[in-house]
Amino acid sequence: MRLSARTGRRLVAGIPILWLLVLFLIPFVIVFRISIADVRLAIPPYTPLVSWHHGAGHLELHWDAYQFLFTDPLYVSSYLYSLKVAAVSTLCCLALGYPMAYAIARAGPGTRPLLLMLIVLPFWTSFLLRVYAWIGLLNNNGVINNVLLYLGVIRQPLALMQTDFAVYIGIVYSYLPFMILPLYANLEKHDLALLEAAADLGARPWRAFLAVTLPQSLPGIFAGALLVFIPAVGEYVIPTLLGRPDQLMIGRVLSDEFFENRDWPVASAVAIVMLALLVVPILLLQRLERRQLGAQ
Amino acid sequence: MSDPNSAYVSLSGVTKRFGDFTAVDSVSLDIRRGEIFCLLGGSGSGKTTLLRMLAGFDTPSAGTIRIDGADMSAIPPYERPVNMMFQSYALFPHMSVEKNVAFGLEQEGERREQIRRKVGEILELVKMSGFGTRKPHQLSGGQRQRVALARALVKRPKLLLLDEPLAALDRKLREHTQFELLNIQQRLGVTFIVVTHDQEEAMTLGTRLGVMNHGRIVQVGSPADIYESPATRFVADFIGSVNMFEGQVRGGTDGAGAYIESAELGCTLRAERCERLTAGATVWTAIRPERINIGRQPPAQSGGSAENAVRGTVREIAYMGDMSIYLVQLASGRMLRVTLPNITRGAERALARGESVWLSWHGSSPVVLTE
Repeated sequence: MRLSARTGRRLVAGIPILWLLVLFLIPFVIVFRISIADVRLAIPPYTPLVSWHHGAGHLELHWDAYQFLFTDPLYVSSYLYSLKVAAVSTLCCLALGYPMAYAIARAGPGTRPLLLMLIVLPFWTSFLLRVYAWIGLLNNNGVINNVLLYLGVIRQPLALMQTDFAVYIGIVYSYLPFMILPLYANLEKHDLALLEAAADLGARPWRAFLAVTLPQSLPGIFAGALLVFIPAVGEYVIPTLLGRPDQLMIGRVLSDEFFENRDWPVASAVAIVMLALLVVPILLLQRLERRQLGAQ
Repeated sequence: MSDPNSAYVSLSGVTKRFGDFTAVDSVSLDIRRGEIFCLLGGSGSGKTTLLRMLAGFDTPSAGTIRIDGADMSAIPPYERPVNMMFQSYALFPHMSVEKNVAFGLEQEGERREQIRRKVGEILELVKMSGFGTRKPHQLSGGQRQRVALARALVKRPKLLLLDEPLAALDRKLREHTQFELLNIQQRLGVTFIVVTHDQEEAMTLGTRLGVMNHGRIVQVGSPADIYESPATRFVADFIGSVNMFEGQVRGGTDGAGAYIESAELGCTLRAERCERLTAGATVWTAIRPERINIGRQPPAQSGGSAENAVRGTVREIAYMGDMSIYLVQLASGRMLRVTLPNITRGAERALARGESVWLSWHGSSPVVLTE
């Protein structure tokens, strides 16, 4: 009995570890290994790790790909642009999502499931289709411009497509549910007596929100922010379909290196640096969150 | 200073409806400055709703609430001169004890040294100095209760509302805390309104009680008034335990009291203290278990007449230490509850189960109730 309980526990703990090992750690090692190879015209298109000369093995380590990333301004500017787009989108999602999550959490028990379903409903349509639909809305000849022209608000169609604005619209629209759902899960658990206690002690509603609700919802904000920020940095589809042709996001750069240039080492180096850039804010947020949780 | 006997809190016709349900039904009540008023009632009696209306969390559907003469209708909770101690304590989990207690003062924009001094003083009053930097989850139930009390008192409110202040504490701690609450109330001279479902708590804390049932105040009075002279069957039954008999009034009321015939009881009841009763009316007579004498011999003063004395058989005996509870079955089959203090240690021949006994009581003991 005890033995089976122990093996059971090992199994439960082992499955996620195995999962991470096979689907995250091993691919990461492979990508890293490619990033320190050199390009060559062959299959696969990079140099092997060990080359044999005169019967002796030589370890082939090339850091050229990394060097290249920091010599060509294309990469640095793409990284910075991606981080900026992701950060601004995350803030927009938070500004829009927090009031929505709050309203759902405070809605009556009858309407709450309906509101939650409306948040999840867009997932029933393909992500790609939904982004394409924005082209139809934002185009010079699209719905928004046509309506504004018809109403006489504008005389010339607004250039909405292929702008930063279009990228923000696309990302905020697509990732908003990922902000709302963890926030809702957090806000829904709040003890409303705490707000009454704050009011009783003389706090106006806005002060009570800042002093009681906001600090207690920080774990929800962190979770939502990570769920939006991380995929937004590496976003490929939205900037490709809606964004500027002159300023690429890093996801597009990576794909171009890989498929257009067939430069696997540089593509891998781009991916590794992107991962490093993401790990730093994740660790920072996790530390903040742990401190917050420890306080509760 | 205004007249200390004037009503500090005045409710008139206060009603609260939630849809079809009337939680509080035209309650009119005056609460004096400096008293501890206990609202006592079962769950769903409307006592908590009444308290929430006083705090400003619920607005009355009808009627007015005045505190110190000022109409509270349009005053939000954060502007009322009232503080509340919540049943769950509602301590802010992300703030230290000090921060929790300081919260109310910070809303007033008081200076920092001032806040620190007041927080220190009040924590000392509730004997929680030295716990200032702890978080609520690091405290025991009793400690949390003290912090909640300190937080509610730190602004020196004239009126403190307490929602089941002792419900979350275990029995030993409750008794101790009760007396401490009384002590603090007297030192600070705050008016307390306490909501409780626990009659013992209400009796020891309250200078006056208001018994609530179905959203109405059924009786208001001192603990002794309510216990000795309950106004209705509900109050008699709710406060303490009681033996209740249905009966008919025989003849009128003479100098010696009213005579009531009860088939259930099997003897004539003479009640010295009762209002004028109409002959033939159905009434209920309540006798407290500790007012009944139990013995092997027929009581001397009854003189053979079956008045306020009845025979029965002991069916159950519960030994409680300080007293014993006897369940005595009458000829009609009705069970009577009798309690007797255990005055002597190991009485020479204690009553045993199955023994035949006489029960008797003084003519002042029965309370006659018409509703």
